[in-house]
Amino acid sequence: MMASLRDFLVMGGYASFVWPAYGLGVLVLGLNGVLALRRERYLLREMAKRNLPGYRVA
Amino acid sequence: MFKTLHKYASPMHFFALARALTPWLFGISLVLFGVGLVWGLFLAPADYQQGESFRIIYVHVPSAWLSMFAYLVMAGGGALSLVWKIKLGDVIARAAAPLGASFTALALVTGALWGKPMWGTWWVWDARLTSELLLLFLYLGYLALQSAIEDRRAAARAGAVLAVVGIVNIPIIHYSVVWWSTLHQPATITKMGAPTMATSMLIPLLIMAFAFQLFFLALLLVRARCEILEFEQRAQWVKTLLGASDQSRGTR
Repeated sequence: MMASLRDFLVMGGYASFVWPAYGLGVLVLGLNGVLALRRERYLLREMAKRNLPGYRVA
Repeated sequence: MFKTLHKYASPMHFFALARALTPWLFGISLVLFGVGLVWGLFLAPADYQQGESFRIIYVHVPSAWLSMFAYLVMAGGGALSLVWKIKLGDVIARAAAPLGASFTALALVTGALWGKPMWGTWWVWDARLTSELLLLFLYLGYLALQSAIEDRRAAARAGAVLAVVGIVNIPIIHYSVVWWSTLHQPATITKMGAPTMATSMLIPLLIMAFAFQLFFLALLLVRARCEILEFEQRAQWVKTLLGASDQSRGTR
């Protein structure tokens, strides 16, 4: 079990190329998602503050 | 059909449609990512020549396809705003540009990570790699134009011209491996011939490509909503929406 997990992680000797590629993929997808959703939330909050008198952020 | 298209060219209707579609697109893409990753990393056999390093294909190829698709979306949006003065076209183009740039950068870096063990070098100035790098510069040029020009209409016009002119680079990227002798391998999947890849490797690639596409569309819709909120902020429907979303969060 441990040997097969080690084999998988080693990727036939290409681990230092394969895993950074997957890591970067996850990073790009995740960052794009988080930044887009955070920007929308920020915009909605800021615009609500400006447009609605007496608005308070909870 | 044109009536429906015309309806959704209105920012208000598009915003509502985008809001409804986004969770579905995110959800389906995440499921597909899960299936594609398990299949690609655990079930697909190692390549007889490239060994396990070929598994980079499941990140590299979908991001490379997406880099071109995002450009077509950006240029299409630019053309809509330039020729037919449809505001939504500019919104789509602006939303697609940073996404396209990030996926192009991902394709280039993962390509280098694949190139080093297979070709013995991180980079060569061959036609495929150079034209893909040019695509990144086109995206960066578009983004620089948008941030350098304050007047939104002038920025939209300048960006649209750049995007539409730059579309000539897309067939160059696609056919570069056919037109020139390149170190980069020829296309794995073509319209005419059968794929040059075993089905057990091809299916996870298609699943990952579909997952990337859906995730991109979800991100595009979220970013488009942000753009719409910014330029329609004085519109009554936005004020109504803000009031409604504010009440639904119970923050007043």
